[in-house]
Amino acid sequence: MKQVALLMDEDAIRRALMRIAHEIVERNQGVANLSLVGIRRRGVPLSERIAANLMVIENEAPVVGSLDIGLYRDDLANRPFSPVKQTSLGSRMVDRRIVVLVDDVLFTGRTVRAALDALSDFGRPTAIQLAVLIDRGHRELPIRADYVGKNVPTSRLERIRVEVKEIDGIDRVYVEKTEEVEATE
Amino acid sequence: MQDLVALESLSTQDIESLLDLSQNMAEILDRPIKKVPTLRGKAVVNLFFEPSTRTRNSFELAAKYLSADVINVQQSGSSVEKGETLWDTARNLSEMAVDGVIVRHQVSGVPQQLADILDIPVINAGDGSHEHPTQGLLDALTISQAKGSLAGLKVAIVGDVLHSRVARSDIHVLLALGAHVVLVGPPTVLPESYEELGVEVTTDLRRALSDADAIQVLRLQKERQNSGEIPSLWEYRLRWGITSQTVSWAKPDAVILHPGPQNRGVEIDSDILESSRSWVLRQVRNGVAVRMAVLFRLLGGGRGDE
Repeated sequence: MKQVALLMDEDAIRRALMRIAHEIVERNQGVANLSLVGIRRRGVPLSERIAANLMVIENEAPVVGSLDIGLYRDDLANRPFSPVKQTSLGSRMVDRRIVVLVDDVLFTGRTVRAALDALSDFGRPTAIQLAVLIDRGHRELPIRADYVGKNVPTSRLERIRVEVKEIDGIDRVYVEKTEEVEATE
Repeated sequence: MQDLVALESLSTQDIESLLDLSQNMAEILDRPIKKVPTLRGKAVVNLFFEPSTRTRNSFELAAKYLSADVINVQQSGSSVEKGETLWDTARNLSEMAVDGVIVRHQVSGVPQQLADILDIPVINAGDGSHEHPTQGLLDALTISQAKGSLAGLKVAIVGDVLHSRVARSDIHVLLALGAHVVLVGPPTVLPESYEELGVEVTTDLRRALSDADAIQVLRLQKERQNSGEIPSLWEYRLRWGITSQTVSWAKPDAVILHPGPQNRGVEIDSDILESSRSWVLRQVRNGVAVRMAVLFRLLGGGRGDE
């Protein structure tokens, strides 16, 4: 039996992404020198929406890129083959810039660890910050988010699903309780 | 997918996913640090029983860009020269805990036989006149980059088709992706039986090139002349050479490919190779990306996915 509970609807997601945009502007005093980098897949549409919000707030658009961390996973040997998606990032978007990584869910921290490794192959950022829509806890690495849409205390038996219009046709976040222990993010 | 021996045995879906993966791998070559940690701790062997510079280097760089370790074994100077059989060489390497074997051999079928006896992935880097699968993939990738897609394109393959493993792999991948393929060359080295595969076969270069979107120019193996299978070099150039005159029969935006190394002034003229229609250097770059994709596909996942 699967139990499902809604955590965020379309309005809640929209408000959270607007608040995150305001926090990014406040902390970095504008968007000059800022690059938003979405982690594939669902971090990418979220990063584009935050960028659009920044445009509304500051009348200036940040640079936006995307990153697939498939080649940097630490569990390649223990999981079936999975193809990598496109990375759109250049050293001009990373080197000596403030990079805000954007992902949908922060869980073990291993995806972010892989993304940090990947970013360093493109250059040396001035700083890297992390924005996530959901922080569900259970970190396995010393990593924390700078901007959080919603903190959701979860059990490991639960699964967080983020759906976005660009990929899933709907904006919502819900939690599923499953019988098995979830192994990866 | 356990090995890559022939494109003939791959599904269209496998081919498309390898090409997508190659496109994404190509991005790594543009990075300031073009090395990803994906195959760290894996070792591959380049087992080359036939001379090759480009393909061997391309596989070696592909493996290195993915952080795998590579050793090169060549016929001369190795235990092969001392009479060791291929099987013993392969088994010994396998026992040294290598994770993959890349093999080129002058005899068709050797990679398949190696794949049958080894538990680790075997990648065919060209066997006899059978197949050269990574070349086929890189040719398809290059044409699709130039034209957006392969579906409905007319692709002419010019030269000694009979002895060409490149032509064979090209035919399989191009047909799988929906291109119309025309083979053209001297009648002695033009297998009419290939018509059964669904390709057009002709000895008339003009007919083959007319309305072509892409032209793959095969290397003329000069040693074939001695066996009498092809005419003299000047006669070959006259009837099947790609020159500024013959290339004008194709579409104005047709792209020119050549698997290399080129005999300038024989199967293709220098000015065509240097022209903006020529995608031969992109083929070389794509070759590394394709080989990265193949290595990642075969070595980059845990067991249990087959």
